[in-house]
Amino acid sequence: MMSSSQKRAEYRLLFKQNVGGRLVVDKIMMGIVFGCVIAAVIPLGSILIEVFKNGISAISIEFLTQVPGAIGSGEGGIGPAIQGTLIIIGMSSMIGVPIGVMSGIFLAEFGDNRLGRTVRFFNDVFMEFPSIVLGIFAFLVIVLVLGHFSLWAGAFALSLIMFPIVARTTEESLKMVPMTYREAGIALGLKKWVITFRIVLSAAKSGMITGILLSVGRIGGETAPLIMTVLGSSQFFSGVDSPMDALPLRIWRMSLLPYDSAQMQGWGAALVLIIIILAINITVRYYFAKKSKKGNILSKLMGMRKK
Amino acid sequence: MDGKQDDIENIGDDHLDSEKKYKMIAENVSVFYDDVEAVKNVTMKFKERSVTSLIGPSGCGKTTFLRCLNRMHDMTKNARVQGRILLDGEDLYAKDKDPIYHRRKVGMVFQKPNPFPTMSIYDNVAAGLRLNGVKDRRILDEIVEDSLKMAYVWDEVKNNLKKPAIELSGGQQQRLCIARALAIQPEVLLMDEPASALDPIATQKIEETITELAREFTIIIVTHNMQQAVRVSDYTAFMYLGDLIEFNETKKIFTQPKNELTSKYVKGQFG
Repeated sequence: MMSSSQKRAEYRLLFKQNVGGRLVVDKIMMGIVFGCVIAAVIPLGSILIEVFKNGISAISIEFLTQVPGAIGSGEGGIGPAIQGTLIIIGMSSMIGVPIGVMSGIFLAEFGDNRLGRTVRFFNDVFMEFPSIVLGIFAFLVIVLVLGHFSLWAGAFALSLIMFPIVARTTEESLKMVPMTYREAGIALGLKKWVITFRIVLSAAKSGMITGILLSVGRIGGETAPLIMTVLGSSQFFSGVDSPMDALPLRIWRMSLLPYDSAQMQGWGAALVLIIIILAINITVRYYFAKKSKKGNILSKLMGMRKK
Repeated sequence: MDGKQDDIENIGDDHLDSEKKYKMIAENVSVFYDDVEAVKNVTMKFKERSVTSLIGPSGCGKTTFLRCLNRMHDMTKNARVQGRILLDGEDLYAKDKDPIYHRRKVGMVFQKPNPFPTMSIYDNVAAGLRLNGVKDRRILDEIVEDSLKMAYVWDEVKNNLKKPAIELSGGQQQRLCIARALAIQPEVLLMDEPASALDPIATQKIEETITELAREFTIIIVTHNMQQAVRVSDYTAFMYLGDLIEFNETKKIFTQPKNELTSKYVKGQFG
């Protein structure tokens, strides 16, 4: 029988044999990872460049503020579409975010039972629903019942897309908040809902905001449900009960027209849509980052002065 | 078993300061996680304005027992508590009383410092008051200052109460958590290894804090550190595998333990 120190020496030999080979594998893996990143970024970059290149020439004050001109004339703008997109994002968020956040809270804090699992399952299924189905649903229950296309119907359809996303991301961010904060709250004699709303939610804020912004980005670009609900229009806002234009609808209509000038305007509208979504993202993130960082930076400066 | 229980019953009558009342009494408390009995039929009495240490090797049920005294097990789905726990003669587990009433009288400090991450130092201490409905700024200021002083952290934080609590050092965070627990004006303070995550200097500060607080509060502390039990506590309970083995004045536990196991444990022969 070999002594154990001899055995250990043999084990060490085993380990060291293939270091060179593993370094090569390491390099190859890194290469693959970077390759995949580049493969993902190229289409994204080229889409952005293409949209920017084609769209920028269409953009002017008139384009951003005027109602559409005669078909094929190349005149007029997308004012109503921009207005409609902003209103419809706002309205859908007003319906979808509270419902989504509440469902997320339910799933995270009270969902550890059969009801919770059922809700979570249907929520996940709902998230995968084709948006046109939700559009048809809104068409059936609102447009047909009321007898006309309306902003409400569109907001309803989009909020259906929005709330499962918000619910799931809220749930995940709440679950990330360590149990110890909840325990501290319980030990202070706080009621469960106070702990959830005043302590856990504020700790989970950044994850929830990411989820909400994701869902805003998603509905901002939805076209199919809007065709069935807000229809499209060439007039500015005239009430939540009437049809309205939106950027994806405008882009879709423009791109179907056989005129170069219309297609140019379609590119312009696409660029405006991307900028709007980006702007919402950056503004919201900047606002919350500033709010939570202000204290940090100040106190760090103070701390430095002390040292 | 019977002999042991008798010893425990006798403690209050024979050895301890008879002027003081019992603040908290645990009677035949057992805790089950599913079918595993983690605390077995423990009976203990805690005198007011005293410090009691719970010691014992890992897994002996001391933390589990401590959490009964605040009904923290209500949160744990598979945990079940049997027996009675009396606070000033009132049963904590009485069906008609919401645990919130008792929790406001029983503060708790946890093993790892857990200040609320998004709140400032001031807001952390004020949290228990504000969220329980105290609005008056003057009273809040007063209680926050008072609590931070009681927890011996006031001098270190008084100039930047608006600073986020998570930027304090570990020891300061833990004393902040003590201040937060004290702010709701509890009568009993439960501490679950409050110094185990801290360096020796911070530990010493926490221990000084505990000694000072014992003039006013009934303190029950779980500790892994036997020297700490000797330094801070009036009474010590030794637990092993869910059983309460011996409960007596700290001095007696460490110098003349009655039980063989206790003797081995305090001499450091196992654990």
